[in-house]
Amino acid sequence: MSQTTPVTGSGSDAAGHAEKQGSVALYIWIGAILAVLTFVEVAVYLIDAFEAVEVPILIVLSTAKLFLVVMYFMHLKMDHRALTWLFLSGVVLAVFMVSALVVLYHVLPRFA
Amino acid sequence: MAQAVAASAHDAHDPHATNTGVSNFKLGFWVFLASECLFFGTLISTYMVYKGSALEGPYPTDLFDIIKTTISTTVLLFSSLAMVLALHYVHEARKNLAILWLFAVIAMGGTFLVMEYFSYIKYIGYGLTIGSSTFGSSYFVLTGTHKAHVAVGMIWMGILAWRLHKGKIPPSKSDQVEVAGLYWHFVDIIWIVIFTLVYLIP
Repeated sequence: MSQTTPVTGSGSDAAGHAEKQGSVALYIWIGAILAVLTFVEVAVYLIDAFEAVEVPILIVLSTAKLFLVVMYFMHLKMDHRALTWLFLSGVVLAVFMVSALVVLYHVLPRFA
Repeated sequence: MAQAVAASAHDAHDPHATNTGVSNFKLGFWVFLASECLFFGTLISTYMVYKGSALEGPYPTDLFDIIKTTISTTVLLFSSLAMVLALHYVHEARKNLAILWLFAVIAMGGTFLVMEYFSYIKYIGYGLTIGSSTFGSSYFVLTGTHKAHVAVGMIWMGILAWRLHKGKIPPSKSDQVEVAGLYWHFVDIIWIVIFTLVYLIP
């Protein structure tokens, strides 16, 4: 959407910003969803029945929360796509680094 | 005549214009945030590598109060909501509402820090310090760095509220608030990750 936006400077007008914004109601909905997801995470942690699938569920819920904040509160959904790729590059590298080290120190030694 | 036309064309040209329509300030800040992902990635990696390797207690299961941490996490999540509302009202040129929401961000950030401070006091009371074990070192460095980011964000919000009050941030310069908001939301998403990886995943 914004990729076809005409060139504007740092002092772009308020109307242009308003176009890229959500409504107050949308933000409140996102805030409520984030709170609910947090409580679901804690419920999964506390209820023993979820023990076997606890880790994947927690990672999915945490990723969903992260996605909501980045897309709606940080406006990446409405902003230029280059910013999404830029931020995603940092996230992917960080996830790769954490995963690689966890595999190296916690998974591979079990097979040694 | 030709000189006048040239001068007019020069005036019409925005010196900050970019091909993407994204200001250099904002683009640069996104690059900074991408680098911050790697910075926190190293700290989280260190915590994960040392997880479960401490030879002496206290251990995470002896210390963490999940209910209290959930409350502080929810407070920080709602501070992100307050931040996005502050930006919304800056765009709408409703200065007083924007300042009010910025103060809400500062108050919620402060509440988060106070709650975490009391958690630290409790952990230290149980004998967990930055030098007591690998768990203590990696935990305090990771969460302490995050809290330092929250504190910097609160100071930044205070400065923004003051500048808004003085009328130095008109809607046309809302980039200043937008970039501060990006920083605050980033601090929030880092805590989302820390909350799951450090507190919830056994």
